[in-house]
Amino acid sequence: MLRYTVRRLIQLVVVVLVLSLLVFAWLRALPGGPVSALLGDRGTPESRAALSAQLGLDQPIFLQYFKFLGRALTGDFGNSTTVQPGDTVVEIFLQRFPATIELSLFAIVLAVLAGIPLGYLAARRRGGWFDNLSVGGSLVGVAVPVFFLAYLLKYIFATELQWLPSLGRQGDIEATRVTGFFVLDGLLTQEWDAAWDAFLHLLLPAVALATIPFAVIFRITRAAVLDVVNEDYVRTAESKGLLGSVIRRRHVLRNAMLPVVTTIGLQVGALLAGAVLTEKVFAFQGVGEALALGFERRDYPVLQMFIMVAAVIYVLVNLLVDLSYALIDPRIRAR
Amino acid sequence: MVTPTGKKERIDALAESTAKGDSGVSLAASAWKRLRRSPVFLVGLVIIGLFLVTAAIAPFIAPHDPAARDLIDQVVKARNEIPPAQPGHPLGGDLVGRDFLSRLLVGSQQTLLVGVFATLIGLAGGLILGTLAGAFGGIVDSIVMRVVDVMLSIPQLLLAFGIGALFAKPNLFTVILAVSIVQIPVFARLLRGSMLAQRGSDHVLAATALGVKPGPIVFRHMLPNSLGPVIVQSTLVLATSIIDAAALSFLGLGNPDDTVPEWGQMLGNAQTVIDSHPHLAFWPAGCIIVIALGFTLVGESLRDALDPKNRR
Repeated sequence: MLRYTVRRLIQLVVVVLVLSLLVFAWLRALPGGPVSALLGDRGTPESRAALSAQLGLDQPIFLQYFKFLGRALTGDFGNSTTVQPGDTVVEIFLQRFPATIELSLFAIVLAVLAGIPLGYLAARRRGGWFDNLSVGGSLVGVAVPVFFLAYLLKYIFATELQWLPSLGRQGDIEATRVTGFFVLDGLLTQEWDAAWDAFLHLLLPAVALATIPFAVIFRITRAAVLDVVNEDYVRTAESKGLLGSVIRRRHVLRNAMLPVVTTIGLQVGALLAGAVLTEKVFAFQGVGEALALGFERRDYPVLQMFIMVAAVIYVLVNLLVDLSYALIDPRIRAR
Repeated sequence: MVTPTGKKERIDALAESTAKGDSGVSLAASAWKRLRRSPVFLVGLVIIGLFLVTAAIAPFIAPHDPAARDLIDQVVKARNEIPPAQPGHPLGGDLVGRDFLSRLLVGSQQTLLVGVFATLIGLAGGLILGTLAGAFGGIVDSIVMRVVDVMLSIPQLLLAFGIGALFAKPNLFTVILAVSIVQIPVFARLLRGSMLAQRGSDHVLAATALGVKPGPIVFRHMLPNSLGPVIVQSTLVLATSIIDAAALSFLGLGNPDDTVPEWGQMLGNAQTVIDSHPHLAFWPAGCIIVIALGFTLVGESLRDALDPKNRR
């Protein structure tokens, strides 16, 4: 297990290094570049050259990359140019990260809580009306653009019915901030109003974000349960006369969960992309909204760091999934 | 059976399971038998057929010129008002007074174009990389697959956003490029996986023993028999690339030139007025959902039909 972990960690470092090179090259390839982004069309040749030198852009490209890498390793990713001008990119990230974590966690919990039981039920009643209906529903769910679903929910539940708030992370409530996770803050400081308010603001974006992971988790669970039910060891257990409930719990569910765990991990990565769209619709001030603004206003330092961090998280989550997998199934370690 | 772990392993397992049939012909034949009876497949085909027909005859049945600002007078008269439904314009006008129904009809053409070309480019890139890796093996395989791994390590849609942001002046082609490049690694891995599974198969061994040269073995024996999973993936990519292109428009990374309408772009443009005029978003979104559903249905039923586990 230790050797497996070390090997995977080395792979991780390599992937992150290659990624940093890619993101760096990507930034250099962007049209205009930081000098034009800062000076616009107003710069004289002299001021351009001066700024270029100040930013270190006149140096050889490889030297630039290693300097970028060195600074990135110390946590210095530069300052935002247009999203929150002047703030360091790291500040912006830290300030917005809890919002995205809160939203994504809530969404993935929703998707898991709905997806696994429904997938299991659909598989148990294969071919019945419930199975057909939910499989059909999951296919439609994947075909809906995330941001349109977000708008639709906002229109129905916020604009028309006015049951839920449509924008931001909180209402007019003055709340004490402890962790930056608004719902948790309210619970910790026992300001129940604030917690409830934050929860209501979280609901619509989380449902929109949860749709695709829900559909995917549902389908994988259904397929996995159907797979396992036909395995020999289930037949053996049945012929031994074990109770149905014991077979279901110990043989079917446990083994069916393996691919489901993987899928959940993969979906966490995909959530980051979905968060960009959902947060923009609901002006939910998270990392995704800053990314969307960064695209819109061409804030390269923001884009550079945020995409890099998103990719690293994605890779890390995959690593965790694989490790937890190796814990459950010893055969994987051997490979 | 060892259950696959990550995304990469899942893609490989899919490739292998499809390539494992006794021989390509009988698998295809038995798959077709099951497909003909599959309601999912038929519904998908009907949807795609309807949209293809619409795209083909759209210019003839569209009541107005989709680029003409027929309703502009009305817009000027009532500032910031979007022209409502009226005789001759059953869905009213868009933000700048163009007939909405006509734009919706003609929009099917460019939307299908985006889907088809994005899939073709992704497919072409994947075919080249996957064939290289699967045919040569060894160091070529290692290099190609490490590149593919890095691309797979970034969430697809996020990668598409990144590529989209590369272009200072986005146009239809850059949108297609952004949503197609992210598909290349999946295609490449699928093809490599099923080609590797072919390597030790009887018909390839037989051909080698008969003295067939490596080139013909790869192109006549291995490649055609490896295409199953790639075809399935193509239909699914058709759906996702149309949705992803709409997401790019939503972020302002889409094609700004809207003289020729496209659904993703219409949806992206509608976001500023969505609260007051939801129908401007509803119609293009509905069309995108239905066409994406059509391709997904066909893709899913193809995948089921080609899965050797379901044979008989």
